[in-house]
Amino acid sequence: MKQLTILSGKGGTGKTTITASLAVLARNAVLADCDVDAPDLHMLLHPEVIKTQEFKGSKIAVIDKTKCINCGLCREKCRFDAITEDIEVDPIACEGCGVCTIVCPENAITLAERVSGYAYISKTKYGFMAHALLSPGEANSGKLVTLVRQNARILSEKENSDLIIIDGPPGIGCPLIASVTGVDVGLVVTEPTMSGIHDLKRALRLLEHFNVTPCVCVNMYDINKDNTEKITRFCKENSIEIAGRIPFNPKVTEAMVNGKTIIEYSPESDVAKEIEIIWKKLRSSLKSGKGFQSHDRIA
Amino acid sequence: MIVSVASGKGGTGKTSVAVNMALSVGNVQLLDCDVEEPNAHLLLHPDIRRTEPVYVLVPLINEELCDHCGECAKFCQFNALFVSSEKILVFPELCSSCGGCTLVCPRKAITEEKRRIGTLKFGAVGDLTLVYGELDVGEPMAVPVIKAVKKQIENNKNVIIDAPVGTSCPVIETVRETDFCVLVTEPTPFGLHDLKITVQVLRKMKVPFAVVVNRAGIGDKKVYTYCKEENIPILLEIPYQRKIAELYSRGVPFSLEMSEWKEKFQTLFSEIRKLVEE
Repeated sequence: MKQLTILSGKGGTGKTTITASLAVLARNAVLADCDVDAPDLHMLLHPEVIKTQEFKGSKIAVIDKTKCINCGLCREKCRFDAITEDIEVDPIACEGCGVCTIVCPENAITLAERVSGYAYISKTKYGFMAHALLSPGEANSGKLVTLVRQNARILSEKENSDLIIIDGPPGIGCPLIASVTGVDVGLVVTEPTMSGIHDLKRALRLLEHFNVTPCVCVNMYDINKDNTEKITRFCKENSIEIAGRIPFNPKVTEAMVNGKTIIEYSPESDVAKEIEIIWKKLRSSLKSGKGFQSHDRIA
Repeated sequence: MIVSVASGKGGTGKTSVAVNMALSVGNVQLLDCDVEEPNAHLLLHPDIRRTEPVYVLVPLINEELCDHCGECAKFCQFNALFVSSEKILVFPELCSSCGGCTLVCPRKAITEEKRRIGTLKFGAVGDLTLVYGELDVGEPMAVPVIKAVKKQIENNKNVIIDAPVGTSCPVIETVRETDFCVLVTEPTPFGLHDLKITVQVLRKMKVPFAVVVNRAGIGDKKVYTYCKEENIPILLEIPYQRKIAELYSRGVPFSLEMSEWKEKFQTLFSEIRKLVEE
């Protein structure tokens, strides 16, 4: 079983649009939406939820006011400013570390489990999907990503699927790290802007750090062809495959408004055609298990 | 006044709005709290005057005093310590720096040491000052770097904060204790979906907010319907224009080349001030 993560560093470069299209083309892959704080993949793939799981990713301090003597030690020792002046727990700031429970001289504080979100197992037209939703203001999205990936692995074993396609979160911090560890290929979707290039380089360094084979796709490449050229040169110098260059096309937004992937909405469009090429390259790279073959490379 | 600029969905134009607003209003300190992928400096091209490492505290074990009783590992909620009968291991990247292990150790064998996880950078363009954080690649925890950036807030200035994308801990830490939050969205189903999640977070945090619609003209009208139903003011619309996209791609804030926008961003800022003072 192989795993492919679509990531970008910078948000809004088209990760979800491309992930959903790859899901359609792959047929029978297991899908995992690991952008758990703002998941969007379901809006294109319309999963039907089969199973819902509570996610208890962290704990929260609970103060028994009948025992509390307002000594303020908990407030003094808390490094997260999570105890207010009136000795109440601020649920948004509390990390659930438990320091308050040990400094309280009256044993008035305990740690309770908190439900920080839900994980779902669903069925789509194109395969099974593991996804989740972090509750507003909750922490620990990295742990929820790990749960989504576990669910995806279980699904792929049950369904005899040989590929998991993971829609990664933006950024390069904890939830993204949880989305790329142990995967075979990381497809970085970038755009030809100064920010796109900057964030691409950091995303590639992250993949290198975690030993994941990188490849790059330039979305809306014709917005700035000079920058696309810079990205191409940079990738060539670093022996990183460019899997494709997708043109800007307003049909992509139209497809989204209609709740469809571009492959379904406009299969003959230049965007759909290019994504098909990208998929073919990804498939052979995943199969060979050695990253990209040199003859795949764009000269 | 401290104004944060956020959005659930990435790439909606947070940094653009924050930077153009910062360039249009005087006496501004701009903080870039998107420490995973800071971008404001790519539009501002500031002189970097100073950099400073960001450290977190992690446990330091005195092996001579440690008798492997395991109390620290039992206490740690983040699994950052592992104790067996012969050895004790620290996993510093899992540590949240709560300091609890130093308190529970019966033999006082644990103190704390500094561990670098990122950098603070201080720059300026004219009278505009910029502070941004950069998380070291491979480090998972953005929040301590965000806290370090926010410590630099100068209260006598108009402070504008560019937030990271999403709705989880890094965003919450950034938006916390700001006077107002500008939510940048685009009029598409993804834009609306992620806006709704962000609105829930801000309401929970009791931070007042309003919306800026970027790339107006694409997608559909549902963002407008939603804002009307929820009584959320839309303070500014930025139309989708290829020129704006091209300027952005070259790292040029569009209000510098399209001067009519300078006034619009000034109006945006004074409307925010009005809403804060109400």
